[in-house]
Amino acid sequence: MRKTSQSPSAGVPSTGVIAAGLGLLAVAGVAAVAATRPRKPPHGGEDSAPGRTARRSSFGDYTVVGKTVTISKPSRAELYAFWRDFTNLPAFMENLDSVELTGGKQSRWTIKAPGGTVTVDSEIAQEREGELIAWRSVEGSEIDTEGRVTFRDAPGGRGTQVALIVAYKAPFGTAGRLVAKLFQREPNIQARRDLRRFKSLMETGEIATSDNRLNIEEAA
Amino acid sequence: MRALTFHGTQDVRVDTHPDPEIVNPRDAIIQITSTAICGSDLHLYDGVIPAVMKGDILGHEFMGRVIETGPQSTLRKGQRVVVPFTISCGSCFFCGQQQFSACDNSNPVEKRDMSEQLYGTPMSGLFGYSHLTGGYPGGQAEYVRVPYSDVGPIVIEDDSLDDDKVLFLSDILPTGWMAAENAEITNGDTVAVWGAGPVGLFAAQSALLMGAHKVIVIDHYPNRLKLAKGLGCDVINFRESNVREALMEMTGGIGPDAVIDAVGMESHGFSFDNMMDIAKQTVGIGADRASALKQAILAVRKGGRVSIPGVYGGMTDKFPLGALMEKGLSVKAGQTHTQKYMEQLLGMITDGKIDTTFLISHRLPLEQAAEGYRNFKSKQDEFTKVILKPGMGA
Ligand SMILES: [Zn+2]
Ligand SMILES: [Zn+2]
Repeated sequence: MRKTSQSPSAGVPSTGVIAAGLGLLAVAGVAAVAATRPRKPPHGGEDSAPGRTARRSSFGDYTVVGKTVTISKPSRAELYAFWRDFTNLPAFMENLDSVELTGGKQSRWTIKAPGGTVTVDSEIAQEREGELIAWRSVEGSEIDTEGRVTFRDAPGGRGTQVALIVAYKAPFGTAGRLVAKLFQREPNIQARRDLRRFKSLMETGEIATSDNRLNIEEAA
Repeated sequence: MRALTFHGTQDVRVDTHPDPEIVNPRDAIIQITSTAICGSDLHLYDGVIPAVMKGDILGHEFMGRVIETGPQSTLRKGQRVVVPFTISCGSCFFCGQQQFSACDNSNPVEKRDMSEQLYGTPMSGLFGYSHLTGGYPGGQAEYVRVPYSDVGPIVIEDDSLDDDKVLFLSDILPTGWMAAENAEITNGDTVAVWGAGPVGLFAAQSALLMGAHKVIVIDHYPNRLKLAKGLGCDVINFRESNVREALMEMTGGIGPDAVIDAVGMESHGFSFDNMMDIAKQTVGIGADRASALKQAILAVRKGGRVSIPGVYGGMTDKFPLGALMEKGLSVKAGQTHTQKYMEQLLGMITDGKIDTTFLISHRLPLEQAAEGYRNFKSKQDEFTKVILKPGMGA
């Protein structure tokens, strides 16, 4: 991850930058529109590339990652439903230990990090059946993070394009250091791998592995 | 179980490993009855494919009996199956297009980064062929775990069909067939094939079955050229003749309509520039020695077709891009979409239209696999195809 001294956003309130520049929600209503909007580079001109493919990965205090996969089956509605049940997420999100539904639109996510776990209390900020789920950490969470997943029909009957965008601001202290370690190595790799595991699980009913045994330690 | 294991460049040994078990619901465990050493295994053996690790089990051409099935497998215990070397889920977009070797799901997610860096998109899973293609333990072993066993393996119902007749459905027969298909042969065509190894010979046989007027096979091993002649091909020994001139003369000054490079990245002796490529391969830059392909591109007629079943993994120096453009050539390449061809080819074997057994020069117990590699590498004229039999007494 790069430092953002050259970033034109320095000094601008970061949430605004994310909403406008990256299409990630900061304020629920604005984000849905911004997410599909091409980026307007600061030097003017047009660019059809999504904001999340910008050469910089940090915007203000936030690090933003995002990836898209096309999933051939099952239907968009079923993909949406599987994701909307957040207790399913640990099945394909490698760093997620567990998700516990804590009532209403709230859930508690336990994230594995090198040397410990981090807990994030999260609430659904916005949802549109079959199209979009957005969540954000509630006030007082160990990490300030937000994410959204969108579902839309792929062209040519190829299924559904699923895009995942996650932004987070690691705080100071122990949790901050753990999270920084977890994400700073290759922030995009995690999002890409998680999405691809989701795709494999949905398309094939399992997640491919070349391990020859269930418990590889025992085999060694 | 016992399995042929990679220890280092030109160092493979038969070691003891834990038996594989069912890991995913669609898995099956196969007890291997026959498994072959492939020409492309020699690329691993020679250390020119990256990401082969000490302890890896090699082998991607194998068949045997089902001994265990996961809850979602459609195979039954006791069934005799040939397993395609390409691991394919059967349900992604690419599998839906029958582009099985482009499967989106079979390479484990965490293994995809390296090939994605190299090629722009990650490779699919293959058995026993480095961690670029998933790091799947291969089939030169007593047992193998087969993922997606409900869509990959083909069941051989007829027990009177020997292993020798059907084993090559796992790779080289479909690979040769697809090479010929990619050459888009029509009646009256002359097709030139570089390399009289197993894939080249099967490509030549397939081209004839597809209606080629003449197939010309180029190599320097007399015994392999004899096998090509046995199939009804013309042959050129490149140590004896100037290949491009010979091809021009044999095609009335036009050049072959289609050319097939069944040699691949370690091609040797085909031209001088490969000395440079060898030097680079040795110091690890990974330039493929593509002299056969370069020669094929110069030899093919204007507007001709170039088919590349030979394995390449890296970059190539002095590629004749100008010839490709100025002659208006089309190129088709790729790992074989094995599953697409297995059933049709099994039918042709059963009907006696295709014989695969002429290739086999040696049958060895699995325990002698290391010796098999050594000889296949150093005595290519004599060792045309080695089959390992785990059940055979040493
Ligand atoms: Zn092979
Ligand atoms: Zn697939």
